[in-house]
Amino acid sequence: MPVTFEVNGKPVSVEVEPRLTLADCLRHHLRLTGTHVGCEHGICGSCTVLVDGAAVRSCLILAVQAEDTKVVTVEGLSRDEGLTPLQASFRKHHALQCGFCTPGMITTAHALLSEEPDCDADRVREVLSGNLCRCTGYIPIIEAVLEARAAYKRGGNGA
Amino acid sequence: MKLPPFEYACPTTVAEAVALLASHDGEAKPLAGGQSLVPMLAFRIASPALLVDLRKLAELRQIKIGQDGVSLGAMVRWRDILDDERLAKAHPLLVAAVEHVAHYQIRNRGTVGGSLAHADPAAELPGMVITCDAKIVAVGKSGTRTIDAASFFQGPLITALKPDEIISEIRFPAWQAKRRFGFEEFARRRGDFALAAAMLFYDEDGGKARNAHVGAIGVADRPLRLPAVEQVLNGKAVDEAVIAEADAAASASVDPADDIHASGAYRKALVGVMVERALRRAAA
Repeated sequence: MPVTFEVNGKPVSVEVEPRLTLADCLRHHLRLTGTHVGCEHGICGSCTVLVDGAAVRSCLILAVQAEDTKVVTVEGLSRDEGLTPLQASFRKHHALQCGFCTPGMITTAHALLSEEPDCDADRVREVLSGNLCRCTGYIPIIEAVLEARAAYKRGGNGA
Repeated sequence: MKLPPFEYACPTTVAEAVALLASHDGEAKPLAGGQSLVPMLAFRIASPALLVDLRKLAELRQIKIGQDGVSLGAMVRWRDILDDERLAKAHPLLVAAVEHVAHYQIRNRGTVGGSLAHADPAAELPGMVITCDAKIVAVGKSGTRTIDAASFFQGPLITALKPDEIISEIRFPAWQAKRRFGFEEFARRRGDFALAAAMLFYDEDGGKARNAHVGAIGVADRPLRLPAVEQVLNGKAVDEAVIAEADAAASASVDPADDIHASGAYRKALVGVMVERALRRAAA
């Protein structure tokens, strides 16, 4: 069935089976492969995207449910040139190794910092507890998100 | 894995949703936030012929607070409860419970109606409706009926709902000012399903507890009330001796099975500790 929504600021219209998840729609139909699919059942957080500004797991949403929404993927949180403050903070703190979980970490952290730029380390830990990382041991990720707060506090969106 | 094939409908009225469910003879499922149902599909535990998406039913998204209590529309999300500042006063135990529900991204999608209809024995809201004597309003082809929480849960993932019924509303009785309460949960990681949790409240009369309500999750095939613990509390001042007695009564009330997450003996001990901690919080 047809579904129309907005991805990273651009309107898209795709023909999908009802059973197609938003994650697979983004990757296979729209070639936005930055969204990673880890567990396919809502445990790992790698596929996190923003739907109408809220961080959600795109493997637990059907593409047809995205009708009329605004979706932002990790591609929508980068610039053509140079790094965003959040990306720069991840690099500085070595907050990734293999990078598989990173799209989910970035989208989740962006949603958190946009809503709560004053969040403390406990809050960052609680929010990121829904995202699995098998490389870093998490501490560098927490540090990266904490440092990126400054860019969001200044009224910027960090992205 | 990838989801099994199904048809999809997105009705704009409750009546239309019910008609769609009724016309599929048990082969259709309502889709609320999808945070339990979509994993069930991914595991191929569920394979309905039709999903009836409730997302356009705006009348199911309301939180109403009045003298007769708190009413949650079935499509109210965890996020909506935590964002509603009125609830801190109108039902603080509900807020305390919801703080333990799932992870950040799930809370942006998961709904209260979905949680009850899914009926996981370790989920927080099923325990809360049992503990608080809430009522569950369901709409089906033969009309609207109100189901007592006590008779709603019939086993793991099994409820009193008929295949053509959807939950429209959950009604919590009014919360009394100065009521004492506690919610304590143990999970290996906050946001995961509880290994065990206890939720309780009581009112006080001359320093003594009365009207005690105590419930537990994660220790049986459905959420439980613990009347033996309520009996320990009613009519007594909640002191160290009573707390110890309540802990023992809670453990003695349950007989959990072993599973991959924990042994039955561990959960049996744990539920006592959860009751003890919840009581300490309540009495503080």
